Amino acid sequence: MNAANFKHALFCAFITLIISYPILGLNLVSAGTSMGLEGASTVTIIGIFMAVAVVFLFQLCRDSAMAKLGQLPRPDFTSNRPPMTEKTRLKIQNIVILTIILGASLWPFIASRGSIDLATLVLIYIMLALGLNVVVGLAGLLDLGYVAFYAVGAYTFALLSQYFGVSFWFALPVGALLAALFGLALGFPVLRLRGDYLAIVTLGFGEIIRILLNNWTSLTGGPNGIGGIPDPTLFGLEFGRRIKEEGNLSFHEFFGIAYDSTHKVIFLYLIALVLAALTFFAVRRLMQMPVGRSWEALREDEIAARSLGLSRTGVKLSAFTIGAFFAGFAGTVFASKQGFISPESFVFLESAIILAIVVLGGMGSQFGVILAAIAVTILPELAREFSEYRMLIFGAAMVLMMVWRPQGLMPMRRIHIELEKQE
Amino acid sequence: MLDSYFLQQLINGLTIGSAYALIAIGYTMVYGIIGMINFAHGEIYMIGAYTSLIVISGLAALGIAWLPVVLIVALLGAVIVSSSMGWAVERVAYRPVRGRHRLIPLISAIGMSIFLQNYVHLAQGSRNMGFPTLMEGGFTFGDAGSFQTSLSYIQITIFVITLICMAALSVFIARSKTGRACRAVSQDLGMSSLLGINTNRIIATTFVIGAALAAVAGLLLGMYYGSIDPLFGFIAGLKAFTAAVLGGIGSIPGAMLGGLILGVSESMTSGYLSGEYKDVVSFGLLILILLFKPTGLLGKPEVEKI
Repeated sequence: MNAANFKHALFCAFITLIISYPILGLNLVSAGTSMGLEGASTVTIIGIFMAVAVVFLFQLCRDSAMAKLGQLPRPDFTSNRPPMTEKTRLKIQNIVILTIILGASLWPFIASRGSIDLATLVLIYIMLALGLNVVVGLAGLLDLGYVAFYAVGAYTFALLSQYFGVSFWFALPVGALLAALFGLALGFPVLRLRGDYLAIVTLGFGEIIRILLNNWTSLTGGPNGIGGIPDPTLFGLEFGRRIKEEGNLSFHEFFGIAYDSTHKVIFLYLIALVLAALTFFAVRRLMQMPVGRSWEALREDEIAARSLGLSRTGVKLSAFTIGAFFAGFAGTVFASKQGFISPESFVFLESAIILAIVVLGGMGSQFGVILAAIAVTILPELAREFSEYRMLIFGAAMVLMMVWRPQGLMPMRRIHIELEKQE
Repeated sequence: MLDSYFLQQLINGLTIGSAYALIAIGYTMVYGIIGMINFAHGEIYMIGAYTSLIVISGLAALGIAWLPVVLIVALLGAVIVSSSMGWAVERVAYRPVRGRHRLIPLISAIGMSIFLQNYVHLAQGSRNMGFPTLMEGGFTFGDAGSFQTSLSYIQITIFVITLICMAALSVFIARSKTGRACRAVSQDLGMSSLLGINTNRIIATTFVIGAALAAVAGLLLGMYYGSIDPLFGFIAGLKAFTAAVLGGIGSIPGAMLGGLILGVSESMTSGYLSGEYKDVVSFGLLILILLFKPTGLLGKPEVEKI
């Protein structure tokens, strides 16, 4: 603990005071037409000074603490082991994923309605994250407006059902294809751009779509959204208590069981499960096909890949379009699950959350992404009591994760050779 | 051609545009030096606006109402808090991830932006806060019968303060030792560190300068719009980033020019088309610029080396 450390610690503590006291310690209150100020509660003030003290002490003992921290063994279980061969990896993956799917398809019959609803949401996020994983994780294209394609899928279903009475099963491929078309149309001009520019352009595109949905009131209902989106049917069997469309039978009458509103929830969950599994297997298949290999090649070294004859635009465009396609899928399921959609559901934060899932899981790793999707969706629900602090913690967790474990929960590992550094 | 309605939109556009330019400088300087998009910059600007409102309310409670004092103290308060925030953000969220894969700092920045938004949201509530009217009135031109162009005192203040800030920044960058070091670091970080420049300190300085200018913009635009809320940094940040890209990211004069162009095109859209679509126009403009001239108006073309 030398003088320089002490000075630095003092400075850091002072900065902490400056950035926390005015915002946290002085509350603005509106008094009639003008604004007044009010001191915060004693607890908050004590909290501020505790934070200042913690920062001071930490900075003071930083060097020794960091040295001790560096000596601790890192809990990284996979790093010493060479990656498995592709064949064994796929075999193990198959067993794991089939067990998971089997378990997940039996589970709703014993679970509560609320948790099935939540699980459907998790599955939608898994679909979205697996789709974005193609774009960001495999092809290395940073897409900050992914939610736009999700919105296209959802609004396609909502609008088709409102104006033409189209059913879920017809809207599902149409929504996904339309989202893919949007991806193609956006991707074609912008994929020449460098990484960060691409990120901003896609962000701008996402915002444009949202603003259009918000303001094109005559078509989309503007901020009021669209309601009354029909539920999916099982080969023409409806899940409502009463039949909405002529000629359809209802599920409970057909099977001669009592009406139960949980049937619909379970059915939706199963549809989402099937679609999520479809997404998983499709993407995994693509990863082993030449197109998937070229995504990764282009991500790793664009110049080398191009000199081997890969078409840059073609490869990137295929990733972008396929990613958008799965977002359209997820959007249709989402619209059907909610029964009501509005531009509120497609804000930038949603894109950020999906991106956070992909990065948290480990870019490119499908299992990691699934795990992260489950964690990011369920943890906030468990922390309901802290719902006020939910987004605060979410933001902080994103930063901490990037600082401490940027490779994600389960990073993708490939067989590779590392060249020894030459002296 | 130059009718009074057009002139009015031009004045409004230049007012907003000069504030955008102030925010854009923060983006452009950081990008010029470490090549990352500081996503939390819009939140720093929002915190500047909040701090200045807190200071103004505090002064009002103390009974101080003389305008120059209120303005200067509010500016100082906002600048101090925001630049401390900028420094802390760089230290906590960006420095540990510097030099990693380019997605990592960006995601860290998005996380920081979400964090700061909710920090202010929790501390001050999500309601709109009314900014007190500090100055009223202005000049009007034109015939009494037809549409009159007005130039309010607030707009004049915004122009004057922006000009002072820009001039001070230009002198600082061009003349001072730190400014020269900033330019050196943005040209070649590794080389300047070899030549004995403390690059960590220069990068932190860049964040502090950007945050200070954003805080000034926060006070000015808060005054101009008359109300603030925890979310208003996000869109303004995006706009300012657009301005920075428009002018050529990494170039300070470019950020100033880009801000003005963006502000004018935005107010022309709201004046002649519809206010709801002004964001669409500015993002559309961004996309077009990036497609046809990715280096922006004043940016240097980048040579790709193998």
